[in-house]
Amino acid sequence: MDVGPVASAGRPRILTPGRSAIGGLILALLLLPLVGGQYAQYVAIQVLILSLFALGFNILFGYTGLLSFGQAGFYAVGAYGCAKLLLLKPSLLFGVIGGTLLAGAAALVLGVLCIRHTRIYFSMLTLAFGMMIFSMALKWRDFTGGDDGLVGIPRAPLEIPGLVSVSMASMGRYYYFVLVVSLLAIGIAYRLVHSPLGLTFQGILDSEGRMAFTGVSVRAYRLIAFVIAGLYAGLAGALLPALENTVTPPVAHWTTSADPVLATLLGGIQAFAGPIVGAFLFFMIKDIIVRFTEYWLIWLGIIVVVLVMGFRGGVVSLATARWRALRPGREGT
Amino acid sequence: MTEYLLETKGLRKTFGRLTAVAGVGLELTEGTLTAIIGPNGAGKTTLINLLTGLLTPDTGTVHFKGEDITRVPSHGRVRRGLSRSFQIMNIFPNLTVRQNLLLPALARRGRNLHALARLEEETGANAEAEELLREIGLWDHRDVRAGALSHGDQRLLELGIAVGTRPELCFLDEPCAGMNPIERQTVLGLMRKLSGQRRTTFVIVEHDMDVVFSLAERIIVMNHGEVLADGTPAEIRENRVVRETYLGAEV
Repeated sequence: MDVGPVASAGRPRILTPGRSAIGGLILALLLLPLVGGQYAQYVAIQVLILSLFALGFNILFGYTGLLSFGQAGFYAVGAYGCAKLLLLKPSLLFGVIGGTLLAGAAALVLGVLCIRHTRIYFSMLTLAFGMMIFSMALKWRDFTGGDDGLVGIPRAPLEIPGLVSVSMASMGRYYYFVLVVSLLAIGIAYRLVHSPLGLTFQGILDSEGRMAFTGVSVRAYRLIAFVIAGLYAGLAGALLPALENTVTPPVAHWTTSADPVLATLLGGIQAFAGPIVGAFLFFMIKDIIVRFTEYWLIWLGIIVVVLVMGFRGGVVSLATARWRALRPGREGT
Repeated sequence: MTEYLLETKGLRKTFGRLTAVAGVGLELTEGTLTAIIGPNGAGKTTLINLLTGLLTPDTGTVHFKGEDITRVPSHGRVRRGLSRSFQIMNIFPNLTVRQNLLLPALARRGRNLHALARLEEETGANAEAEELLREIGLWDHRDVRAGALSHGDQRLLELGIAVGTRPELCFLDEPCAGMNPIERQTVLGLMRKLSGQRRTTFVIVEHDMDVVFSLAERIIVMNHGEVLADGTPAEIRENRVVRETYLGAEV
């Protein structure tokens, strides 16, 4: 468990290996449209979307101890909500913010019912509610378009009334929009898990009973974690319609809920960067294996099983442990 | 009319056919260090669970500072000034020792909800946690994962978490269990100090009669879910029924 900055208090170093890696990564992401084509940008957007989806999921799972199998429901609310808003008023910010808030509202309503339970009962409830949202996406034809989904969603311009209006027609521009939004959301999540609220979530994960006897309503904080995860799932979903120009029911399917679970397990639940690294690996593995076999999910499954059985901390913890072993006596980040 | 710190009337709890607490009525007075003793299965821990909101009574009431708190959940009772430690160790094993003590300090200050503040910026809560770290003698272990501490140190830490909410009334369920004599003295010293400085009233459940008779000003003896005797240590020591049923030749 990442026990936060208080645990790692020590001599501050401006350029730590971790910070250098993050700086290098951001630089590489900024330069990507200059060196990569449309496909690379498209995949990078998908990675960023899954990163946000998995990051929110891990605030609920890795930090608070609640395993949700229904996050695709909120992902879909974000996607459908944003799509409907973009069809109503072609403004990217309006659609993305609106879709995110709608997902947060859905998480608040369903969360009140789900967080009354823990462990497998919580997981099953989230799965059931997730499937209800999938059914709505499939059957509420007038609103969702049913099987066909919503089509012809415009990649609306980024408008701030009276200030700026930037066309998002090119993939490159939309890529930069998604990158900025993602970096902001990742930064907020980082701040959050290292804040009093993040420590409270970790306290609930460690001992609910003890946490209640510090004077904290465990249920209320579980709900907060659930809504935050819902907002991140919603934001991830809201970035999808302008990319694909369409939203279809599979975004709400329970198999979509498995994506952030797999990404988080790949990267590691015990590190903040785990879900982000996991999302990247998820797409890399998929991209490589798909060239050899259409059954890429079987191979991904095998990799996850090996990681879970052999290296519970995922790739990030494994890499951190190796780094520390190579540089004994020096603290990583 | 005397207002007791805590008062129960007809408190009863059954588990199936077992009556764990059978209509207990008691009053706890501010500042009186009280010990609850009795054989295993006497209902001591169940009584504390009822008083601290971990269990809901079948019948009866609990009043704290005159307020009916019978249906108030645990966290609500903590906010009103109640706290406790557990018979089975209950700390945050994967957090550092400092973070274990930071959590009650944050909760007391209503800072848990702050989502974008850095932990280091919580100066008030950090100062409180550090003061407590020194008081319980775990300063040198402040950045150690709590689960890696020795049993005795974990017990001390749990006591620190319990008093970290600055309670007016604190129940300690076997606070000295498994401790060496030095650690035991630290616990007893801390209880005496906090009783005086912060006006915390302690109620302990303890099997070690040396601890009970050296520390308690009032002793409540329980047996079969009922209060068998209630009085000063001298009165309990002389009580024939208590000697026969529980103390035997111990005192």
